[in-house]
Amino acid sequence: MTTNTSEGIAASLSGDPRRQRREVFWRLFFLGAAATSIVITIAIVLSLVGEAWVFITSIDLSSLWDIGWFPRRGAFDIRTIVLGTLLVAAIAMLVATPLGLGAAMYLSEYARPRVRKVLKPALEILAGVPSVVLGYFALTFITPEILKALFGNAIAGFNLLAAGIGVGILTVPLVASIAEDSMRAVPVSLREASYGLGASRMVTSIRVVFPAAVSGIVAALIIGLSRAIGETMVVAIASGATGGSLFSFNVLQPGQTMTAAMASLAIGSDQVRGADFAFQSLFFVGLVLFLITLVLNVLSERFVRRVRQRY
Amino acid sequence: MVATSVDVPAVVSQSLIGKRRDLKGAVFSWLLLFALFLSMLVLAVLLWDVITDSFPVWAQRSVGSFVTSQLSANPDVAGIWQALYGSLLLMVFVIAFAIPTGVASAIYLEEYAVDNRFSRMVNAAIRNLAGVPSIVYGILGLAIFVKLLGPVTGPAVEGRSLIAGGLTLAVLVLPIVIITTAEALRAVPNSIREGAVGVGATPFQTIRHHVLPVAAPGILTGTILSIARAFGEAAPLLLVGGITTFFQAGADSTFLDVLQGRFSAMPVLVFSWARLPQEGFRALTAALIVVMLVVLLLINFTAIYLRNRYEKTV
Repeated sequence: MTTNTSEGIAASLSGDPRRQRREVFWRLFFLGAAATSIVITIAIVLSLVGEAWVFITSIDLSSLWDIGWFPRRGAFDIRTIVLGTLLVAAIAMLVATPLGLGAAMYLSEYARPRVRKVLKPALEILAGVPSVVLGYFALTFITPEILKALFGNAIAGFNLLAAGIGVGILTVPLVASIAEDSMRAVPVSLREASYGLGASRMVTSIRVVFPAAVSGIVAALIIGLSRAIGETMVVAIASGATGGSLFSFNVLQPGQTMTAAMASLAIGSDQVRGADFAFQSLFFVGLVLFLITLVLNVLSERFVRRVRQRY
Repeated sequence: MVATSVDVPAVVSQSLIGKRRDLKGAVFSWLLLFALFLSMLVLAVLLWDVITDSFPVWAQRSVGSFVTSQLSANPDVAGIWQALYGSLLLMVFVIAFAIPTGVASAIYLEEYAVDNRFSRMVNAAIRNLAGVPSIVYGILGLAIFVKLLGPVTGPAVEGRSLIAGGLTLAVLVLPIVIITTAEALRAVPNSIREGAVGVGATPFQTIRHHVLPVAAPGILTGTILSIARAFGEAAPLLLVGGITTFFQAGADSTFLDVLQGRFSAMPVLVFSWARLPQEGFRALTAALIVVMLVVLLLINFTAIYLRNRYEKTV
């Protein structure tokens, strides 16, 4: 018998080469899969920037500041659709903030476990409704049945207000679920201390739980806003103006957001190819939208990280 | 789960507030409950509105004829066959591409990765991708799968093919699959990994025989829910060329021709029909939405069923 060297021991412990090769193969396979996310991110940026650059360098820059957004006639007033997006997002947040935070606080602070077990899945069903369905609902119910009654003839069949409300309804479950998570993450000891000092449940919820969870709540609102800005189908169905729209603050009339403008460019894309740079404007708007949501997502992450550091 | 609410016995709280009713507190709690119920009410009204709108269709035709008829400009004969078929095939792409890649990616991040520059970059990319609006994925699909790879994905239709649509949706749900799978893997207790390594299992054997079976119910639920998400998505498909009007595949076309040919999908059809001015199409849109919601319900029930079943056996 020869005595084993240390290399010999290591070699016999690490098993036969076939098994080693298999281990290396799977490790590389998983690594490759993980790398696809980076590849996709780069692909998104490249595909946006390429055509957007062609657009910016080819058009007359004054057409970015025109009377409205009429891409097929060479009027690319970016203000019009940014304003449309801001209006729709503002209306959506007016709906989603009270409903979402109210629902979150009820589920986290008031609901008994059994009630919670029923109501939370119901809220998740609302989150699962496809956005085209909300668009149909905004067009065929919110506008004719509710808004017509409130505004009479001032409101058009296609309008930004109904679209904003529809987007808001879609945003409620998202805001509620993130805000509820952050309220439930507040340690029970804080609540017990509050009750111990004689505070009622309402005072505890507003003065103790809410401030302690505020980073998460702000993050929920930012994520909701980002979702509302990126929502396409509700606006594309309910707010009309597929050909283009004038710069206007009137939410009772048809209008366009950045996303809806992209959708309507896409449906007519066969005609678009001939028109001057209307096709490229799609990529330019996409790039602006991508940058806005990127900033919002980075911001919300900052707030979430603050919650984690605290507890 | 920690209980977050402290129940103060009624007698104690009564005597603490001096036997007065806490009116402000009651109003506050009712307001919160109202916010929750208003959301539920919207859901109920939405379902009621869609279902009652669809009645005229069911009064005239059978479900079978509506589902199996071809797309048409005539509301009396229009059906949803191409859209239903297209949607189901698109889901096959999501299952074939997004789920293996997503699960493998999550396995790398949770089981192999150490905290280095690469894994931090991957994590940042995933978090960023999860927040990108769906229509931006449509642009990615348009630039890559339609324009760049057009000669492969759909040579006869300028790349506006079912393959391009399916790949776009697969990319769209990838971050969701990764995030839910990573959560399921994180929930597997470390003792299971330690036990496997302790009896000499290699990293891959540990994952294959010990970690994955325990995490399976969570992974299944997460991936099925991501399929549901892809099923309802319309915006990216508009950009990669989902068809909304009428088209017919050749009678003798092979399956590859179908994949490389033009396609429709149910959410895209909802978008197109909802905007048509004819009265007949309003009922058709509602009927289409009802079919869509039924399919979604089936997908969700599958998720719940599988989760309950596997949670018991493991």
